[in-house]
Amino acid sequence: MRRAALALALLLPVLAWGAPPPGAVNEETVRQIAAQLRCVVCQNLSVADSPSEMANQMRGIIRERLQGGDTAEQVMAYFVDKYGEWILLSPPPRGFNLLVWTLPFAGIGGGLLVILMLTRRWSRRTRERPVAEPVDPATRERIRREMTELGQ
Amino acid sequence: MNSQLVSTLPAKDPRRLWRRGKWAIPLSIIPLLVLLAYGFWTDPRAIPSPLVGKPAAPFSVALFDGGRLNLGDLKGKVVVLNFWASWCYPACYEEAPVLERGWQTWKDRDVVVVGVDIQDTEEPARKFLKQFSITFPNGPDPTGKISVDYGVYGVPETFFIDRAGRIRKKHVGAVTDDVFTREVARLLKEGS
Repeated sequence: MRRAALALALLLPVLAWGAPPPGAVNEETVRQIAAQLRCVVCQNLSVADSPSEMANQMRGIIRERLQGGDTAEQVMAYFVDKYGEWILLSPPPRGFNLLVWTLPFAGIGGGLLVILMLTRRWSRRTRERPVAEPVDPATRERIRREMTELGQ
Repeated sequence: MNSQLVSTLPAKDPRRLWRRGKWAIPLSIIPLLVLLAYGFWTDPRAIPSPLVGKPAAPFSVALFDGGRLNLGDLKGKVVVLNFWASWCYPACYEEAPVLERGWQTWKDRDVVVVGVDIQDTEEPARKFLKQFSITFPNGPDPTGKISVDYGVYGVPETFFIDRAGRIRKKHVGAVTDDVFTREVARLLKEGS
């Protein structure tokens, strides 16, 4: 009994650590959500990175929504609802967006194919380098004769 | 002799394939050019709002001259909701007289103009309102909640809300007399 009580006493802080009290928001979660959202006033910065007042307010809204019990997905969905998918820094891979995800790989594949074709062409060309025509016996005989004449 | 034999083989010869397929390389630039041209023709700052046609998000705002305004209380009226800031020059300065004129002209005909001052500080905001003798209800949005609820990404932006409380038009940039009159008249004509 006493042992069980001791175990509970030791375990309690661990359990409390594992489950944050309701209402407390992990700043890392706020940052992670903010990093996926485009800062609306600065085009190419995320809400996490932008020093603008608007981004600051958006981080506040993220924090507040999490405090209210929203999941990270629900918070993201809220912003998409208001701004459209434009607000997401990486568009979800479906529909027309799929092009953005596949095109680079298609480009790499195409490039590799061109390189393959070129190298095959070049290697073939070196292999096909013309072989010397076989010398007919008469010429061969003449060369041999002239060589011996020179040698003398 | 052997080499000649190889080069005359018609099928699957990479050299032939190359000769025939050569034109495909310059041609492959065309879709890229189309994409670039499309990028040049579209305005990177123009973001289509997903909110047009949807119910306007309810909000309550503390007005600069005291009291509160609830959007919900304005059901049955046409609402012109304008987001502005005192630092937004020149667009907000251009449209301020237009909005005040519109308010004066239409206020007795079931039209309410509401101003929401965003990303601003109080003193210059009050100065702005005084400078243009703004009399329509106006209040600040210190937390940015109203701005985000309306998907605002800059100032000025103006939303035209019909009698049923639906966003019917989003106008980005300074509102002109033409835009104001056209939109308000269209929504009033629809009845409730």
